[in-house]
Amino acid sequence: MNEQEVAVAEIDRLYEKLFREAESAGYHLNPDVEFTKGLVKSLIINERRYGYRACPCRLASGKNKDDLDIICPCDYRDPDLNEFGACYCALYVSDAVRKGEKKAGSIPERRLPPAERGKETREEGTGLTGLSLPVWRCKVCGYLCAREQPPEVCPICKAKKDRFGRFM
Amino acid sequence: MTVVHIPGKKSRHIVLHALSTCGWCQRTRKLLDDLGVEYDYEYVDLLQGDERERAIKEVSSWNPSGNFPTMVIDNKKCIVGYREDEIREALQK
Repeated sequence: MNEQEVAVAEIDRLYEKLFREAESAGYHLNPDVEFTKGLVKSLIINERRYGYRACPCRLASGKNKDDLDIICPCDYRDPDLNEFGACYCALYVSDAVRKGEKKAGSIPERRLPPAERGKETREEGTGLTGLSLPVWRCKVCGYLCAREQPPEVCPICKAKKDRFGRFM
Repeated sequence: MTVVHIPGKKSRHIVLHALSTCGWCQRTRKLLDDLGVEYDYEYVDLLQGDERERAIKEVSSWNPSGNFPTMVIDNKKCIVGYREDEIREALQK
């Protein structure tokens, strides 16, 4: 089967799921449904190609470890929503964009270029705080929880366990 | 698949480095199609091995961030992202 062929029903199913998850957590999909479904189709293509939903608007390496920060929703979505009213792809938009008060456009890349990646000072906590449990932070949405291990799936943004980092 | 040539009005020498899955890359291609100009494009995500390395290097040489779409006009000017006004203006002159 050609990788680019995705059944309309499959696109619609994922679109509905992402729409529900977004709205239930205070996020919004781009109201330009045709554009948005194009991106949803690309997410399905990338999931088949790489085994995970890599950002359609960035070049994935195909190595899960190196692509973790750009698995949709990416680590950059929320800062970009705050600053530009849309994520890099404009799959997710702010409430102002959803209501048509502001337009989503092509925005600068927040992710570091390949040569500089991995050099960022780790924000991970040291655990020297005398807390009875470690605190884990979801790198996608900032959700914090104090427990032995992060949850399998972020209850807020549905990011997977490997997107959590030790915060305190 | 490597570089694809789209015939059209001869204007500038346009090379569009893009991703097959990217919404802004699609918009940029549509703009060029609507303008009816001649251009070459390549989908870097569909390239493999040496070809992919070559394409990534070329994009980085114009645009150190290495993001897409990166459009190179006349081997001189580079426009990153779907910047409709900027693209229209660059192609008019």
